[in-house]
Amino acid sequence: MNPNSILEVKDLHAWFGSIEVVKGISMVALEHTVTAMIGPSGCGKSTFIRCLNRLHEESPGARATGQVLLENRDIYEKKVDPVSIRRRVGMVFQKPNPFPSMSIFDNVVAGLRLAGVRRSSTLKEIVEHSLQAAALWDEVKDKLHALGTSLSGGQQQRLCIARALAVEPKVLLMDEPTSALDPISTGKIEELLTELRKKVTVIIVTHNMQQAARISDQTAFFLSGELIEFGETSQVFTAPKKEQTERYITGRFG
Amino acid sequence: MISSVLSQHMTRSYTRRKLTYRAMYALLALASLIAIIPLLSIFGYVLTRSLPGLNLAFFTHLPQPIGETNGGMANSILGTLSLILIASMIGVPWGVGVGLFLSEYPPGKLSSVVRFSADLLTSVPSIIIGLFIYTLVVIPMRRFSLLAGGIALGIIMIPTVARSTEELLKRVPMHVREAGLALGLPRWKVILRIVLLGHSRAIATGIILAIARVSGETAPLLFTSFNNQFWQRGIDQPASSLPVQIYTYAISPYEDWHQQAWAGALILVLLVFFMNLVTRYILSPRGSRK
Repeated sequence: MNPNSILEVKDLHAWFGSIEVVKGISMVALEHTVTAMIGPSGCGKSTFIRCLNRLHEESPGARATGQVLLENRDIYEKKVDPVSIRRRVGMVFQKPNPFPSMSIFDNVVAGLRLAGVRRSSTLKEIVEHSLQAAALWDEVKDKLHALGTSLSGGQQQRLCIARALAVEPKVLLMDEPTSALDPISTGKIEELLTELRKKVTVIIVTHNMQQAARISDQTAFFLSGELIEFGETSQVFTAPKKEQTERYITGRFG
Repeated sequence: MISSVLSQHMTRSYTRRKLTYRAMYALLALASLIAIIPLLSIFGYVLTRSLPGLNLAFFTHLPQPIGETNGGMANSILGTLSLILIASMIGVPWGVGVGLFLSEYPPGKLSSVVRFSADLLTSVPSIIIGLFIYTLVVIPMRRFSLLAGGIALGIIMIPTVARSTEELLKRVPMHVREAGLALGLPRWKVILRIVLLGHSRAIATGIILAIARVSGETAPLLFTSFNNQFWQRGIDQPASSLPVQIYTYAISPYEDWHQQAWAGALILVLLVFFMNLVTRYILSPRGSRK
């Protein structure tokens, strides 16, 4: 096995009730890389990444089987507390979702404060650090006590990224983080990703193929719950091995 | 040819649509105005009738026998506040808890039974709740008491608080909860600190409505807290309250007492109004207070 592998998925299956939406996926993500998940709507890529922080099982009727090795330990082992996994695998959602009635400051430190970190000097430091990492600091440093929901959509999404980074995860899952944003905000977040990969490993679901080509190192192409192709992004986009991949990325699909 | 006919028709129908729009708007505005007339007239009427009876003594003195002046309702005001306090201590945590159970946990048989019972309990006449507490608390204690009155009002609050909490929390998008879970927070913390606290204003509004409703309740108090013309001596003693005191005075034949009843009514209205304002202020989010 590759020494740099941080996340290794082995034969992962996921169900909603009796419907199998993820059908035996195996793949590896290396440290400090960006992996893009592409594929048509409903192909199971969102469900797949929701299995990587054990969030999938929080939906009613949802379950998953298989192995997900996070730094060589299976997060689906019986004794493992899902809460401790989510601390190490952060997530950013499709819709910006700052916590209601919380200031920008409180949003960023929510994960730490609610886990018992109280020292205000520590929290202040983390807020500045995380907001800078999310490229939002300059825009909000004078209004940290304004409501998180008072920001624009693009700013809210970067706030959510800062909030996820504040707990210092190893892996950051992003579920179509720019699909609700305008091109300028999207550009900012893409720019940010190239910086972020120095700190975390990113796994991002996207519907935008140019985005996948621009920002990722590896690309995984999903179709009907199966992993059709997985490889270096440049290879997947310029010389796909499977015909289905080629048809999808050239827009001749379905 | 066709286009000119069409445009003629459009012009005519547009004029008609504009007229209809204005007429309907006026109608709805009028209906809304009429709807607030009862509120304004009740408040205005209570205000004009009660002003002559309002003085410092009303707030600081105990009720006086007929013929003596300077009587007040100090004990009833205090009594109503204590009843509300006891009722809230029972009704708020219990009601919010039931609301959380109904909205945050997967729906099942138990939750539909609970929801149905809550709806039934809301429609049970309050006097029945009073009778229930009479047999459950008053008879074993062999005494009317502040406690019994508070329990009766608290029970009346539970279903209202529970249902309003549930409805509010159900409108919180799922992805807000997921964002909390994804930060590595246990579910109970997400529910309490993010979902519940994040919507505390809206939930408080539901609670205040429930409190406002019970603070005017008279029937369940008649045989639970009963009444008392002196200062409260303990939680296990009969308690005076504004609604019961208003009732007692209003059905009396004395002009002086009628005057006091009006003053009591005004205080009751203002009390609810005031609670509403204070709670809204306290709970307003930091960013928007200023």
